[in-house]
Amino acid sequence: MTPAKMEKLFLALSGAMLLVFLFALFYSAFAMGMHLPDRDLEIVPADVRTTPPFDSPGVRQTGPRQYEAVVLGMAWAFQPSEIRVPEGAEVTFIGTSTDVIHGFHVEGTRVNVMLIPGQVTRFTYTFRTPGEHLIICHEYCGAGHHLMYGRVIVEASEADSSEGGA
Amino acid sequence: MNTPVVASPEGFQLPESHRTAIRWMVYLGFFALSIGILNGLGQALNYADIDILKYFPGMRTYYQGLTVHGVVNAIVFTFAFSNGFLALTTSRALARPLNGALLWTAFGLLAAGFLLAAYAMGTGQASVLYTFYAPLQAHWSYYLGLALLVVSTWVTAAALFMGLAGWRKENPGQRIPLMAFVSVGTYAMWCLASIGIAVSVVGLLLPWSLGLIGGVDPLLNRTLFWYSGHPIVYFWLLPAYVSWYMMVPKHAGGKLFSDSVVRVVFLLFLLLSIPTGFHHQYTDPGISGGMKAVHAVLTFGVFFPSLITAFTLMYALELGGRARGATGLVNWFTRLDWRSPPLVAQILAMLTFMLGGITGLINASYNLNQSIHNTAWVPGHFHMTVGSAVTMSFMGIAYWLIPYLTRKELVGKGLAVIQSWLYFVGVLIMARGLMSGGLDGMPRRTHMLEATYDKPSWELAGLLTGLGGTLMFVGGFLFFMVLVATIVFGKPAKGEVDIPFTVTHEAPAETGWEVNLDRFRFWVIATVVLILVAYGPFLFEYLPAKLNSPGYRFF
Repeated sequence: MTPAKMEKLFLALSGAMLLVFLFALFYSAFAMGMHLPDRDLEIVPADVRTTPPFDSPGVRQTGPRQYEAVVLGMAWAFQPSEIRVPEGAEVTFIGTSTDVIHGFHVEGTRVNVMLIPGQVTRFTYTFRTPGEHLIICHEYCGAGHHLMYGRVIVEASEADSSEGGA
Repeated sequence: MNTPVVASPEGFQLPESHRTAIRWMVYLGFFALSIGILNGLGQALNYADIDILKYFPGMRTYYQGLTVHGVVNAIVFTFAFSNGFLALTTSRALARPLNGALLWTAFGLLAAGFLLAAYAMGTGQASVLYTFYAPLQAHWSYYLGLALLVVSTWVTAAALFMGLAGWRKENPGQRIPLMAFVSVGTYAMWCLASIGIAVSVVGLLLPWSLGLIGGVDPLLNRTLFWYSGHPIVYFWLLPAYVSWYMMVPKHAGGKLFSDSVVRVVFLLFLLLSIPTGFHHQYTDPGISGGMKAVHAVLTFGVFFPSLITAFTLMYALELGGRARGATGLVNWFTRLDWRSPPLVAQILAMLTFMLGGITGLINASYNLNQSIHNTAWVPGHFHMTVGSAVTMSFMGIAYWLIPYLTRKELVGKGLAVIQSWLYFVGVLIMARGLMSGGLDGMPRRTHMLEATYDKPSWELAGLLTGLGGTLMFVGGFLFFMVLVATIVFGKPAKGEVDIPFTVTHEAPAETGWEVNLDRFRFWVIATVVLILVAYGPFLFEYLPAKLNSPGYRFF
């Protein structure tokens, strides 16, 4: 094979590889619903604490297995700092920041988003297995950045614990 | 057959004052790197729970050191080195002096920008990291310093563009010498790419830090930052690519096969480097999923020229190994001159870049990004790109560039080779640590020593990070020993030495479609169109700017 032919073959294989990767990604996103955060509401940063739903941060049930977690990031804590939901809960996180940019990573899950002043971050995730996850602020937010964390506690449902997870 | 990549291959010497300006830019760059590497040791050991930062004079917080590490390594070092190096390659390729006043102005701006930013960072008034996300607010001197550093690249670009325009006037209808084409192409890309950071810093952050405007728009600033922040990666990388394509085949005793492929690679970088910034903002609110997907596709596109490069350079190296007597399927690799400091440094740089590139593709992978975004995986990735592929290449270039600029012989060739291996092994160990920790949720940019949360499984990741970082530091230290020894004790070189450059097997075509590759004006317009496609819809939906976030100085 001449160098020019080898090069063509190499490039064709490379291009095909990239296309396969892209197909897999977009299949997971658009066919399996593993979306990224999208455009959402905008708010005035100075009025966060009086703008619904951020006037009452916390977790509330909105359906049989559906929950809403309204979260504020601030230097250097999350409010609420602990989110407790049952196993199998589909949680929609609605978050923003009261001051600078913060990160919101529920470690061990795909819940990994930014909290930006003036923007509302919305992200839905189903917690299928019981356990504890750290919520880590993973964007530098000042001298106390490494003090900023929270917890998601996914409690085993009684049915599951008695029936061995069936 | 065998066409040199420069005009006047028999020889051309730069005017003495230009050579001096370039030398001082390169010195300034490596001086910045020495500070950056020292801070890097502190960052790496932090992950291994060892605190050496408290012994650094004037260092108040971990984040102050991290800011210094990022700014001096990723901005001062790279800008200063590229300004000097690509001014040299352009001038030599065209066999034509550039505008000396512009070269000295670029040096002056680099020095002034460095001093201003150093003042702000050194006094603890700018611990905002090198990404300076608003509404964290630094002292105005920090933003002004960064602005001057960017302007120094524009002034250099002006010198390059004027040099090329002058050459074209004197040589109408001729193909641009390849080494000038790739050098000018790099700066053309960066001129378009740096607009975002310039608008953000000069138009918004500087007046805001001076109190002239009351608030900023955090999302818009972040978007402007990443508009420049992704292509800056290619502004770091392309000078290394210039060396890999133009010089490494020569070091290896091989040659480049095709002239056109190299031009196509650099044009693809020009076209596709910029409209990809949203892949740093996949997890951001305020940007639609659809536009993020568009940037994902374009980012996969900009991976393509690097795949071409992998093939082309491997072939050039194989020709080198075969010229040295290799006959087997793979022994051309072992037959290369493993005692040549510029060659060893840059082959090892290429090897780390394969891993750096692949991990970068993972980062660019749309929703998969959420598994690693802002975890320690990310610094693991980019220490295999800018932190080693680029840095080791610049070190490898320095092994002939410093002797060339000073007209002295390199001191400590053996040490130079050992240095490269230490740095290479170090970065692989460190990246292994950071990336495994990142996959396990360990955050980046975090003072882990003092963190109030922890996971026991992060311990091994942290230890490997500290160990690898220490090896990199030792490798870096040896590099500076070789550099200083050459400058101070190097024997005067015998006769005039030229810079190394390769030849291409296939000459640039004088007719046909290839001629259009040299029409920079057309390619720049095409790039602008792509940028409008990628950013237009977002800006149309989002603007006007919401200047309602006050500044915070939480440091």
